[in-house]
Amino acid sequence: MRQICWTLAALASHWRKHPANLATLILGLAIATALWSGVQALNTQARRSYDSAANAFTGGKAQNLVAAQGGLFAQDLFVALRRAGLKVSPILEGSARIGKKTAKLIGIEPLTLPRDVGLAPLAGNRSATGMLTGDGLSYAAPGTIRDLGVLAGERPLTDAGFKLPPLVALSEAPPGAIIVDIGVAQKALNRPGRLSRMIVAPDMRIDATTLTEATDRALRIVEPEEDSDLARLTDSFHLNLTAFGLLAFLVGFFIVHASFGLAFEQRLPVLRTLRALGVSARALVAAMVIELSAFTLLAGGAGVIGGYLIAAALLPDVSASLEGLYGAQISGALTLDARWIISALAMAGGGALFAGASGLLKTFNLPVLSVARPIAWREAHRRYLARQATFALLSLMVAVLAGYFADTLEGGFTVIAASLLGVALLLPLALEALLRIGEALSKTPLSRWFFADGRQEIAGLSLALMALLLALATNIGVGGMVEGFRHTFIGWLDQRLVAEIYYEAATPHDAREIEDWARKDKEIVAILPVWRSKTRIGDWPVEVMGMTPHTTYSEHFPLNAATPDVWRMLHEEDAALVSEQLARRLKLSPGDSFDLPTTGDSWRLRVAGIFPDYGNPKGQIRLDHTRLAQHFADASGIHYSLRVAGDATTRVMTRLQETFGARIARIVDQAEVKKISTEIFERTFTVTTALNTLTLVVSAIALFASLLTLSNLRLAHVAPVWAIGVTRDRLATLEMLRILVFAAGAALIAIPLGLFMTWALVDIVNVVAFGWRLPMHIFPQHWLTVFATAQVAALVAGLVPVRRLARAAPAELLKVFANER
Amino acid sequence: MNARLFALLLTLSPVAVNAADYGWLGEAASGFATPKPGAPILFPQDHAAHPGFRTEWWYLTANLTGDDGKSYGAQWTLFRYSLEARDGSGWDNRTAWMGHAAVTSATEHVFAQTMARGGVNQAGVDNPPFRAFIDDWFFEARDAQFTAGRLHARGARFGYTLDLTRSGPFVLQGDKGYSRKAGEGQASHYYSQPFFSVDGAVTIDGQKIHVTGRGWMDREWSSQTMAPDQKGWDWFSLHLTSGDRLMLFRLRGAQDYRSGNWIAPDGGVTQLAGEDIVFEPLDHTSLEGRALPTRWRVKVKSRNLDIVTSALNPKSWMGTDFPYWEGPIAVSGSTRGEGYLEMTGY
Repeated sequence: MRQICWTLAALASHWRKHPANLATLILGLAIATALWSGVQALNTQARRSYDSAANAFTGGKAQNLVAAQGGLFAQDLFVALRRAGLKVSPILEGSARIGKKTAKLIGIEPLTLPRDVGLAPLAGNRSATGMLTGDGLSYAAPGTIRDLGVLAGERPLTDAGFKLPPLVALSEAPPGAIIVDIGVAQKALNRPGRLSRMIVAPDMRIDATTLTEATDRALRIVEPEEDSDLARLTDSFHLNLTAFGLLAFLVGFFIVHASFGLAFEQRLPVLRTLRALGVSARALVAAMVIELSAFTLLAGGAGVIGGYLIAAALLPDVSASLEGLYGAQISGALTLDARWIISALAMAGGGALFAGASGLLKTFNLPVLSVARPIAWREAHRRYLARQATFALLSLMVAVLAGYFADTLEGGFTVIAASLLGVALLLPLALEALLRIGEALSKTPLSRWFFADGRQEIAGLSLALMALLLALATNIGVGGMVEGFRHTFIGWLDQRLVAEIYYEAATPHDAREIEDWARKDKEIVAILPVWRSKTRIGDWPVEVMGMTPHTTYSEHFPLNAATPDVWRMLHEEDAALVSEQLARRLKLSPGDSFDLPTTGDSWRLRVAGIFPDYGNPKGQIRLDHTRLAQHFADASGIHYSLRVAGDATTRVMTRLQETFGARIARIVDQAEVKKISTEIFERTFTVTTALNTLTLVVSAIALFASLLTLSNLRLAHVAPVWAIGVTRDRLATLEMLRILVFAAGAALIAIPLGLFMTWALVDIVNVVAFGWRLPMHIFPQHWLTVFATAQVAALVAGLVPVRRLARAAPAELLKVFANER
Repeated sequence: MNARLFALLLTLSPVAVNAADYGWLGEAASGFATPKPGAPILFPQDHAAHPGFRTEWWYLTANLTGDDGKSYGAQWTLFRYSLEARDGSGWDNRTAWMGHAAVTSATEHVFAQTMARGGVNQAGVDNPPFRAFIDDWFFEARDAQFTAGRLHARGARFGYTLDLTRSGPFVLQGDKGYSRKAGEGQASHYYSQPFFSVDGAVTIDGQKIHVTGRGWMDREWSSQTMAPDQKGWDWFSLHLTSGDRLMLFRLRGAQDYRSGNWIAPDGGVTQLAGEDIVFEPLDHTSLEGRALPTRWRVKVKSRNLDIVTSALNPKSWMGTDFPYWEGPIAVSGSTRGEGYLEMTGY
């Protein structure tokens, strides 16, 4: 024990002498842990929110009943079912604006609410008393209350001027929701006598026949497992996040590995001395493991805090994009659990151990009697490079194999990861080769020295340069994908959103009346019903939508592939337009046939065309309007788009709203839809861009750290050149030039690598993850930016070490000769 | 007297109580009507709900014999409770309804609970003719005079539909329908109909059994029924072989409050003084961590009645939101008979 203590003290002396080395080590480990655990926190948070939302009404096992045609239904159906002996509880959901925030308002009936759904704490008499006496009570999760900017006990005021009952914190409430009594909800949402769903008591199962008899097809059963679609649909989103988290961790890990490597090399004499003094290899390794554990705790702890901060900063964007893309509400307040902290520390510990493994192994096998001699870096480095080249080739082979065989998301990421790693490992070799060429072409002794010495410097810088390469390539790759996406998406939106006004009637009956009214309005050019229904193909949810024959579609609706007479076929035959996602899933091409499950039957359809449907996690099928109504008895008759003459949009919207009021459940114009859609996409990629930038920053830190650690060692190499008569300023300039050349080399290699990554993302990952393929766009301007970024990063990172060299006192330089190693 | 009222009161109480703490019932109820001695009880009007009072119930217990020769018991109860004195229509209605139903045999005791809000027609009482309902459960009279009626309830494992025929008058309990519950003036309005003959079918776990027997209907309404020190009660309704009926209860407090009514075969009622009645628990059954006296010795000194009551199924535990014991009992001793026992606050 004593021995270990002394050994530890001896080992620690190194860190005292080289605080920069220590700082990089801790920083690297902390950053890697922070990025990884931040992403994990986001994922966990989102998943917890899905569970909470799904459980609120189903508890994972209760059936729900909703209007067969979508929208709301009459409360009388609730009473009718109860009086028929079916244990159902009424729910009304809607949204209410409170200040600048939108909250989901959920009306429940506490006395009939089943005891084993997520909202169970509100079931029963105690809460009934609270909700139904005096001012009543509203419930919301503590995070929701915070997000809304109100205090518990306050009565939030909705935009419609309704004062909700005093708020009480309830941790079980779904994120973003305020729960009130059903009567309060009906008033606040101005939906008297209407419900949006009913929860069936979990110990009771309702079958379709019973329901049909009791409600005359007005309602439809939602099985509990249907709601878990959310978790499945968002899986790819989370896998993307995880992949970026892992990449960031990898870059951080490079820093740690570099720092450890340097520390080990520098401590070699100490280690030998300790062994010679009688410290056993076992004790030495034990001491180093203890040291490593201390770092893990320290840096991992800092990383956990950093991860929390990163997650907290990104959460609003993540939740906004998840809500926009999938309708998933994510709690805005980050909750932490012990498991998350432990897993983050484990990742830090695992990373540290892995990064330090080679050092530990070498220590354990250290020959005691071998003379402590200066490292013959040339030999060592040559061996090292050879090994690295082998790994690089192996990695690239894995990438090729994965690209050839894998058609899964994991396969796609393997292609990217393996090719990144392979090329990164080749980087020192490539730079070495470049420098050799430079050396061969050099005329003057100084330039020969410049290149020769550069080759030696690479040994110390290679890991940092690899990290830089990874960060740059990722930046180009992901940036290209995101930019391409934005390009395609905006163009597609313009084509897809041709109609000027989109609305949803409150009921099918209201819809008919609005339709009749619209026919008489002179400024309305066309009324396009977009009735819809839902079905499942395999286990995948599919939206089915109707289309009327109109030039709005035949002239504008974007198609990826189609039969020659696609529009005639669609309206005159049993044919359908199929979304790209669905076509890919079912392996369909124009002209192929497939079976579409309809209400109680199946319908054989031919594929007339395939259309892009970016951003839709579900499959979509477009059918002729009349045929849709024939085959889907439950098709909602409430969704419409309107074509309007000239600039009449605002006038028509106003007239509609004034005439029909609450009988129009929702109405938006084209600009609004575009704005919302674009915002969703921008926010989705904010996260990606942020992680991307962080990775780049981390790699710059890695470079800085390596240069700083190297600068002491470099003195020994520079001193003789200085002694021959090259000034310090000149040496410093050359030093900086060399760093810039390295960074330029990394950036140049990063460009094709990044392009390859864009291709892999667009062609493999996106296709598998989302089911659509984007056209590949190339942005040379972006490459220039990345190249410049690399140069600036290198300049900044090199500034301090180079300045130190320029200002090194002659005495320091002379010492190199005195303290012959 | 019926304890389910108290169960209901407890369930809906804004005061934090635990199931065994029935003392809250002593709390004063402001804004509600108070039972008054001498207030007339009228039929059929008083079959209807009394919204001015905080709480009331409609209940029926039946001692039944099946075609299989075995004894059964059935319970049907609808509670009404005003959450607050102000009221409104639709969801603004501040009435809560709770139904309890049970079927008991020597080996099984199956029960169900269902709840409803007032104002939306999920539960309520129509009158005349009388019809109390919650979900698909109902207790209804065939006519305004209530010469006959029908009862229906079902739960996950059981169900019953029972036809009732009345063979005697409605009976006013306590002092002409004013039933004191404590020395300090707590009371309820209380009448019964102990002269129902029953014919129908009960189903337990899918097995349907034809049954016949006797039913006892209780109606009670009040706003505050227990003194602050009272913790619970034991209540008996008995059909004796002589054709007499007997209702007895005691509220357990610092001092027990005992009361009862002797009902002659023609419906003539005599109120019994507290000191005339003796309750003596004989055997206890352990249920859900409580010891409940399921065998009793009961005496009515003035009538030379000295009987022992035994539960058909000592495990007649109503594990509802606020649990209690309720089940059929057999009478032996100075006379024979059958009836129902209810115990709360243990």
